[in-house]
Amino acid sequence: MSLTNETIQARLIEKFGDQLSNFETTYGMLSFEAPKEINLKILNFLYDDEALKFRFLTDITGIHYPDNKGRELAVVYHLHNMVDNVRLRFKVFTDINTPDVYTATGLFSAANWMERETYDFLGLNFVGHPHLKRILNVEEMDYFPLRKEFPLEDQTRIDKDDEMFGRG
Amino acid sequence: MSEQHIKLPEGSIEKTTTTLNLGPTHPATHGVMQNILELDGERIVSADQTIGYIHRAFEKLAERRPLYQITTLTDRLNYCSAPINNMGWHLTCEKLLGLKIPKRVDYLRVIIMELSRISDHLICNSIVGVDAGAYTGFLYVMQYRELIYEIYEEVCGARLTTNIGRIGGFERNFNDIAFQKLEKFLKEYPKVLKEFENLFQRNRIFMDRTKGTGAISAERALNYGFTGPNLRAAGIDYDVRVHTPYSSYEDFQFNIPIGTTGDNYDRWLVRNQEMWQSLSIIEQAYQRVQEFKGAEAEVYHADAPEYYLPKKEDVYTKMEELIWHFKIVMGETQIPVGEVYNCVEGGNGELGYYLISDGGRTPYRLHFRRPCFVYYQAFEELVKGSMLSDAIMTMSSLNLIAGELDA
Repeated sequence: MSLTNETIQARLIEKFGDQLSNFETTYGMLSFEAPKEINLKILNFLYDDEALKFRFLTDITGIHYPDNKGRELAVVYHLHNMVDNVRLRFKVFTDINTPDVYTATGLFSAANWMERETYDFLGLNFVGHPHLKRILNVEEMDYFPLRKEFPLEDQTRIDKDDEMFGRG
Repeated sequence: MSEQHIKLPEGSIEKTTTTLNLGPTHPATHGVMQNILELDGERIVSADQTIGYIHRAFEKLAERRPLYQITTLTDRLNYCSAPINNMGWHLTCEKLLGLKIPKRVDYLRVIIMELSRISDHLICNSIVGVDAGAYTGFLYVMQYRELIYEIYEEVCGARLTTNIGRIGGFERNFNDIAFQKLEKFLKEYPKVLKEFENLFQRNRIFMDRTKGTGAISAERALNYGFTGPNLRAAGIDYDVRVHTPYSSYEDFQFNIPIGTTGDNYDRWLVRNQEMWQSLSIIEQAYQRVQEFKGAEAEVYHADAPEYYLPKKEDVYTKMEELIWHFKIVMGETQIPVGEVYNCVEGGNGELGYYLISDGGRTPYRLHFRRPCFVYYQAFEELVKGSMLSDAIMTMSSLNLIAGELDA
């Protein structure tokens, strides 16, 4: 029997109860949110559980939501169960002032550089990472460029009136 | 000369190993990346990679660009197979927008994607040859990569950074010259590939150089997030084209070649076999394209006025088309809210696009899952304890593309 999103969701709720929230299936992929303290527990459970077998880490990345007070930064995990060919995504949110999230490097070697990249661009601090330093940007950099406080275009420019196009 | 002039790091006189900087601009890196190797004689004790030399902040740039302008960024990821990146991006947008793509467009896309897979593998395999000292094969097959580029040129006007296709289809229908060149390629290339294969596959020197070097077990490869030919060489038959078919790949018959040992030789063999499979897919797709009759045979894009540029003559004569043209070019169409992860089988493996949209004209966040970036971190494990010359071979057989590494 193939693994369905409903089965996965039921298994997860059975294990973690109401700690997990916002379950939804968009474009065929199950996604949910979790508290940042239990991210490793979830990853381990998804990895070890005989029915779930999410043993391939597709991707780790981060997102910055500046308006989300108290939970500005998110880490997004994409996992893949290659046996049943099911994917899922989950997010953990953290405060921007204490952006500490446990590292997944103990479970997945692939997480090493993915977490370094996430740290590099969004300043998420992966607690327990063996070698957390910048990877694509120069080490002297003292800011995190993918955060939303760095707009690409100079917002104060007055020579370019875009009002007609709804940009204001 | 006083001692002050040379400042040696602490303990560097006593240590018995040698530090070697391989790169950033070493011919064997085939791109800009650095490896700081610690050598004991000729054996590698440790390797520390520094990447990011051609980082161009694509993810940040994408946050201020309308969807169609991001295509040009994806060109510059894996520039050996730019059309796959472009198509992957179009497919991601189409998934978000919920567009339905006509079959003929799917098949034409498959032709282009498989052509670029061939050109990607051709570069990689022939470069492995060059690094082993066999220059002939490389020069010989370049002629056929040139032919592939000529086909791109007929379709989209560009060769390397192609910006091929649009959201919804192709910018124009394939012309007769494109099909003639494709036929020429299908006719001549198998013979050349066979010859290329004969040059290497059972070549004693080549086998001695590649067998057993840079090997990785299937378990470790999965843990490291390997995908594509490098994972398949280790014996895992994971291929996005089969697992999550996109662009009508489910309509074609093909095999997934796999290796057993995951070493440089197996990687070479897998890529070589994949070229044969790609050829067969192109033949099947071309046959299906020819089967379309009447109006269907002229279809080259979906009906998506919000995203697909109207014909130029209509823009000049019709009001509606003029408005759409203007809105599309200025990038003023609102994109729907949603989060979508879409992946395609790129030249190096699973190329994923994670697109988050909060409405408006540009993505809120876009992340590229670059296969190269994910598997290059295994390099140290692959070369530890091996000879320096094997590390060079390993690097080229992994098919590291600096553009994809650094985004």
